[in-house]
Amino acid sequence: MRTCLIVDDSRVVRTVARRILEELQFSSREAGDGQAALAACQEEIPDFVLLDWNMPVMNGLDFLRALRQLPSVRQPIVIFCTTENDINHIQQAIEAGADEYIMKPFASDVLQAKLVQVGLL
Amino acid sequence: MQAADFQFLSALIKERSGIALSSDKTYLLENRLGPLAAQRRLNDIAGLVAQMRSVRDEELIRDVVEAMTTNESLFFRDGKPFELLRTVILPRIVAARPKERPLRIWSAACSSGQEAYSIAITLLEEEGLLAGRPVEIVATDIATSMLIKAKAGVYSQFEVQRGLPIRLLLKYFAQKGTNWEIAPRLRSMVSFRQHNMLGECAGLGRFDIVFCRNVLIYFDEPTKKGVIERIAQVLAPDGVLLLGAVETIIGLSTRLEIVPGAAGIYRPVGSGPRAAVA
Ligand SMILES: C[S@@+](CC[C@H](N)C(=O)[O-])C[C@H]1O[C@@H](n2cnc3c(N)ncnc32)[C@H](O)[C@@H]1O
Repeated sequence: MRTCLIVDDSRVVRTVARRILEELQFSSREAGDGQAALAACQEEIPDFVLLDWNMPVMNGLDFLRALRQLPSVRQPIVIFCTTENDINHIQQAIEAGADEYIMKPFASDVLQAKLVQVGLL
Repeated sequence: MQAADFQFLSALIKERSGIALSSDKTYLLENRLGPLAAQRRLNDIAGLVAQMRSVRDEELIRDVVEAMTTNESLFFRDGKPFELLRTVILPRIVAARPKERPLRIWSAACSSGQEAYSIAITLLEEEGLLAGRPVEIVATDIATSMLIKAKAGVYSQFEVQRGLPIRLLLKYFAQKGTNWEIAPRLRSMVSFRQHNMLGECAGLGRFDIVFCRNVLIYFDEPTKKGVIERIAQVLAPDGVLLLGAVETIIGLSTRLEIVPGAAGIYRPVGSGPRAAVA
């Protein structure tokens, strides 16, 4: 079973995402901010991270930069999923090492399409 | 809906577009034509039919037919055909043809343009392979409203997220409010024209590659045969046809055959080793 880490400060969003991903046969863990997400990744690298941008403690972009610095043999695929929908944010995310980007509000078929594109489905 | 009204409408729609509606599709007629009747200040579909029976209003007929088309489309739909274009079809065509000879591609039943633009993006991403070879993409549909949207090349956030990798969105689109607009460079590669697949297509010229995807499914067998026959007539001897994931020409044409080892690609019978895809 593939593993994913859902990082979002909204419990509602995490629950929706978890439900979709479980249906797609992913086993998921959750984190409410970037720092907790980083700790979760240090514990175990997931196959992919679904990442919100605006979160308390550590935002998604800072998390991503830190994640890409981790001395790990394996890097997860990172898909941003955020209401930050302008081209500058998208560009910054890609430069920081994001593999894909979903603009909220997100639909399950969009998430599914993105997972296919990055080769996870 | 009255059976006679259903008969009248389904016969008209079939005659004009080939779209075959069996009586279990009554709900579809009701859903799609109800709003049109309201727009025309007619009480209901019975009123719409009464109006159509009394005066021959070409504009109304066009609107009715257009309302019955299903225009669902997305960028890089099914992935595979565009992968085949990139990895198999283009390399073979490029190897087999003189450099000056323009490459002509037809997106038949193009809906709102995603297919044509996905082809254009694929070509631009393989610019090295094409090495300056002139390219023309002709995209056609029966529906005026779809052609207008396709030409405008402006897509919603939802539309661009279905199928378009983010890297390609950044590269080939400009943000316009909450929408995304296709780059002029891509738009200039595609010419959009109105064309009914029931009519002769010789006027569109000869094509090396034809995408005719997710439209045959709406037609009955004789109509499918006619459409494929007409496509075969404009296909270059070494050209190829690509159909939708659930479509096939098996049993519908003796002029085209499956390209061995490349499911979903068809070529003229006997083009064998000469074919762009062998
Ligand atoms: C489902 S869309 C397919 C779009 C695109 N080829 C794809 O695969 O995503 C079907 C299109 O066929 C068009 N269509 C239906 N009947 C047609 C006809 N007789 N001639 C030309 N286009 C037709 C409709 O207007 C609609 O835009």
